[in-house]
Amino acid sequence: MDVPVPVLTMRGIGKQFPGVKALDGVDLRLLPGEVHALMGENGAGKSTLIKVLTGVHPADAGTIELAGAPVAFGSPLEAQQAGISTVYQEVNLCTNLSVAENILLGREPRRWGRIDWKRMRARAGELLSRLELSLDVSAPLSTYSLAIQQMVAIARAIDVDARVLILDEPTSSLDADEVLQLFRVMRRLKEEGIAILFVSHFLDQVYEISDRMTILRNGRLVGEFMTERLPQVELVAKMIGQELAALERLHGEAKVFDRPLIEARGLGRAGAIEPFSLTVHEGEVVGLAGLLGSGRTEIARLLFGADHAGTGEITVSGSPASLRTPRAAMTHKIAFCSENRKEDGLIPDLTVRENIILALQATRGWTRPVPREQQDELVGRYIKALKISPPNPEHLVRNLSGGNQQKVVLARWLILEPRLLILDEPTRGIDVGAKTEIQRLVAELSDGGVAVLFISAELEEVLRLSHKVEVLRDRRLVAELPNDEALTSDVLMETIASGGRAE
Amino acid sequence: MSTLTLGGRTAVPAKYLPVLVTGCLFVAMFAVGGFRYEGFASGQVILNVFIDNAFLLVVAVGMTFVILTGGIDLSVGSVVALSTMISASLMEGPGWPPYLVIPLVLAIGSGLGLVMGYIVHAFDIQPFIVTLAGMFLARGLCYTIGTDSIPIRDPTFTAFAQTRIDLFADLWISPSVVIAVVVVVVAAYVLHYTRFGRSVYAAGGSEQSALLMGLPVGRTKITVYTVSGFCSALGGVLLSFYMLSGYGLHAAGMELDAIAAVVIGGTLLTGGSGFLFGTVLGVLVLGLIQTIIIFEGTLLSWWTKIFIGMLLFVFILLQRLFSARSRR
Repeated sequence: MDVPVPVLTMRGIGKQFPGVKALDGVDLRLLPGEVHALMGENGAGKSTLIKVLTGVHPADAGTIELAGAPVAFGSPLEAQQAGISTVYQEVNLCTNLSVAENILLGREPRRWGRIDWKRMRARAGELLSRLELSLDVSAPLSTYSLAIQQMVAIARAIDVDARVLILDEPTSSLDADEVLQLFRVMRRLKEEGIAILFVSHFLDQVYEISDRMTILRNGRLVGEFMTERLPQVELVAKMIGQELAALERLHGEAKVFDRPLIEARGLGRAGAIEPFSLTVHEGEVVGLAGLLGSGRTEIARLLFGADHAGTGEITVSGSPASLRTPRAAMTHKIAFCSENRKEDGLIPDLTVRENIILALQATRGWTRPVPREQQDELVGRYIKALKISPPNPEHLVRNLSGGNQQKVVLARWLILEPRLLILDEPTRGIDVGAKTEIQRLVAELSDGGVAVLFISAELEEVLRLSHKVEVLRDRRLVAELPNDEALTSDVLMETIASGGRAE
Repeated sequence: MSTLTLGGRTAVPAKYLPVLVTGCLFVAMFAVGGFRYEGFASGQVILNVFIDNAFLLVVAVGMTFVILTGGIDLSVGSVVALSTMISASLMEGPGWPPYLVIPLVLAIGSGLGLVMGYIVHAFDIQPFIVTLAGMFLARGLCYTIGTDSIPIRDPTFTAFAQTRIDLFADLWISPSVVIAVVVVVVAAYVLHYTRFGRSVYAAGGSEQSALLMGLPVGRTKITVYTVSGFCSALGGVLLSFYMLSGYGLHAAGMELDAIAAVVIGGTLLTGGSGFLFGTVLGVLVLGLIQTIIIFEGTLLSWWTKIFIGMLLFVFILLQRLFSARSRR
């Protein structure tokens, strides 16, 4: 078998952000006529690598060679002119303009400065037919589905003699048929000798379309593999990284859970999560395990009323409940610490005290302010209990470390004395000390009768804390496993990789 | 394959629908007027609307550019007033000739627009607040020139004010109408057939996308405010022809009339969608409301505002429906 010459080679790429080493000695090579998957969990450095490649960020170390010549792009536009085009997850097109314009905007065919609409439509039609698409190119882009819009973005990308096409999570908002159509287009481009870099969290899709993959973990290169020679289980293990130092589980003795707090039956939302059934008992810690994008957060949002369920019903303590808004969920004493504490949770310019008191104040309404003494008393208690540092209630939240910010979010919900606490990635990006404290807190809450829905990308953590583990894959709840001696992270990984079929 | 059509039930593409609604409204108003009042149903009534609103039309053209990018320009009325004031004072005081005064006024208006556009772009400030500042500035500058109305006696200006260009069958228009029509045609060409024009639509559709597609978004934004400034100054010159005076209180609230005309003409305030022809219809609808109220005779002129207010409500609701539907 002859190995073709790589069209693009990145060697020893390093990238340092303040406080984080985002990339460290990463190699990547793309061969013409191949689909190359870039794999890794969240924070592994995939998007940073793409940004370095396309000139959004300069690399701190390493070299990039395009067709044998060293290059360094200063902007995405320069990369595009050199033949490296990117189609992002969010379709970056103007839906108010016509299909033809979206393909050719900025390089419209002109005659004496006047846009030649006829030639423009013809050229756009040609490019689309290269993708085996026939659209009404003068119709506004908004009349077409997201999948078609994605194809239009690809048509735009390949108009400038593209040699490398980067598709950053192109399938995350497409349905199954649309994905097939995209894959047909990808295969066609592949035949034309274009090197395609494909990023996706859907393992099945990666196995269906890619020839070769590069795996990253924590900013480091794990390796380059031929897709067909790497079983899914090994891929998952390589992505997550087996930290086999099995820590003792915090829940030693088996508890009996007989008082269901929340029961969801056939709950689902089109495009987000397929209908699932889930029961959480009082005092039970339920772990949600699965790769990023598998539907973990979607379940949490449905249970908190942040999204509307399309199907199914929920009962709280045995009586049917309608959780249509977060407010309704809060009256049932459900609390939700979101994954994105910066954007959804904390207000960085307010003090620790103000942030902690926020949810309590919201439940009372603005006409009944929480008395200052009570505020100080409550906040003081939780600062102490959670060891928030610095222990100053008037400190601005923006100046706290990630772990302490997370504790502030937790304190805010704990003040409400919730019966169900949903924690979405509460330990991501925080240091080990804070991590163990939050884990201990979860165990304590559960002993006190609070139900906890615990979402984490770290399987070890899920295993250590949960009484039972719900396994998710490709937006489907595939298995419910009791957390007993037989359940190890290997079993979990196996279940994630096989989609519960192994049962 | 995937040749989706828009339901296949409307023969008219959705993007023309708002303009069509305004067109129907105009025709309906004209029909009702013609039915109720004697002498209403004549071509000259429509031409008079053009004659009386030529300056508004020119200003609204500039406003259309700005609103298409998703911005707003509140300074136009003040810039119109400032233009009348500068023209009047320069011609009456030192006795400058019109062919010097007019280019100077146009340059000042464009310059003000350029500065506002630059501030909007470079410091990433809401256009609302930047042009609000420009509005106060220009209005204030009027009073530094003089607090009273200054009459214009320049023969060129009076000639422009009094000339009638006869069309066929007793119909006539003023030179201002010719100028306004030229502005409309040029602007429509620019919007539709030049890269700048398409960048205006792209920036209004999605600024982020336009940037990632490599379009000069910053330059486009600065240019639309310059265009708006130019159009305001030109509108000021036309208003001077019409009023034959310069006064700091001229064109009070005209920015709101211009915005109303653009919105009634079917241009989305969020940007990216609309046509210049819609703006022309918008100005005509506003003018026709005034005409109807004059023909009615018993109604106070404030009824104009009430009708415009109601129309705006209806059209903003329509916009909401359109944008809600296109988002699916």
